[in-house]
Amino acid sequence: MYAQLVKSEGLKSREDMSPEERDFQDRVDNGEKIEPKDWMPEGYRKTLIRQIGQHAHSEIVGQLPEGNWITRAPTLERKAILLAKVQDEAGHGLYLYSAAETLGVSRDELLEKLHSGKMKYSSIFNYPTLNWADIGAVGWLVDGAAIMNQVPLQRTSFGPYSRAMIRICKEESFHQRQGYAIMMKMAAGTPEQKDMAQDALNRFWFPSLMMFGPSDKDSVHSAQSMAWKIKMNTNDELRQKFVNETVPQADYLGLKVPDDKLAWNEDKQGYDFSEPDWSEFFEVIKGNGPCNRERLNARVKAWDDGAWFREGLNAYADKAADRRKAAAVAAE
Amino acid sequence: MSKKEWPLWEVFIRGQHGLNHRHVGSLHAPDAEMAINHARDVYTRRREGVSIWVVPSKDITASSPSEKGPLFDPAESKTYRHPTFFDIPDEVGKM
Repeated sequence: MYAQLVKSEGLKSREDMSPEERDFQDRVDNGEKIEPKDWMPEGYRKTLIRQIGQHAHSEIVGQLPEGNWITRAPTLERKAILLAKVQDEAGHGLYLYSAAETLGVSRDELLEKLHSGKMKYSSIFNYPTLNWADIGAVGWLVDGAAIMNQVPLQRTSFGPYSRAMIRICKEESFHQRQGYAIMMKMAAGTPEQKDMAQDALNRFWFPSLMMFGPSDKDSVHSAQSMAWKIKMNTNDELRQKFVNETVPQADYLGLKVPDDKLAWNEDKQGYDFSEPDWSEFFEVIKGNGPCNRERLNARVKAWDDGAWFREGLNAYADKAADRRKAAAVAAE
Repeated sequence: MSKKEWPLWEVFIRGQHGLNHRHVGSLHAPDAEMAINHARDVYTRRREGVSIWVVPSKDITASSPSEKGPLFDPAESKTYRHPTFFDIPDEVGKM
């Protein structure tokens, strides 16, 4: 979900496949992992680069709305915790960029595409974090939605992606729990604090539902990705699962999910709920969300401002190499 | 005849599909290709793997044992990096 609207090809039928493609599909169907040196269809490689790249971009852009609150956290402990979480996100970005690099694309290339707007990151990070309760809501809802998507992706067909997902999922539980712990504190606090918690839920509920991507009936890229096991569940399946798990958590907090149509449906053993406003979603994806420009500018500025430092590290490494060479010559 | 010692290689084996390569040991070989052949003969005689990596031992940079404290002790006080640090009531469901 950190990857939405990943462009893929139409589903190829078995008759249209070349012998290599058929062998490849058989391996995927048998649950074998595809490794970087294995033969793979060009479409598989390209779709994976787009998806893993978008996922990686989401991890590092996702640091921005939370980083906003590190200096404003209410206690030193909360500050240390938030710092640790944001630090994890940088690590998750690294795992994913590394997985993408095994497919023959470089990290600098991917970053260049992010910074020039050619590649996307999750729509959710284009919403602002206005108060401290938002940090709770982000951990609880946004990381909660991410987990919903990432747990099945541990079984994805591409080995390096699967292994990155396993590592990330191990660390993700901390993220959701720290968010929910903030919400518990706020919801049990003064009436003003509880209002802040409710306000955060009101603003983040529908954007969180959008994280799973458009409804299955409008999701044009799914069939081939699911055949390749790059995508493990449909958008609507995951969204339903998320709502089913999250509503009781909101109830426990004494907060109200901002959806009048929300109701338990005994027949499907799940909640009925309102769809998010998809026109808003497509506007945000196009670059017209509340914070798109701010996020991208912050990314580009961080990259440009870091140029002298990266150069310095290179100069230092070159110098150290020269020194080692000189020492080796002197020792001879 | 000159006596040229074969370099040392570190051997990594992927035990099963989907797993990471794991370090299993080392061996001597004149070049990378021979190192793979030797690794196959030494380390996968009982079908222990589906893939082999070899890396010249001299190219491995290891942290120094004396740095163990400064490198790893700081994580000790950061117990909040573990999910169990946060008390979440059972009735909320698994999280």
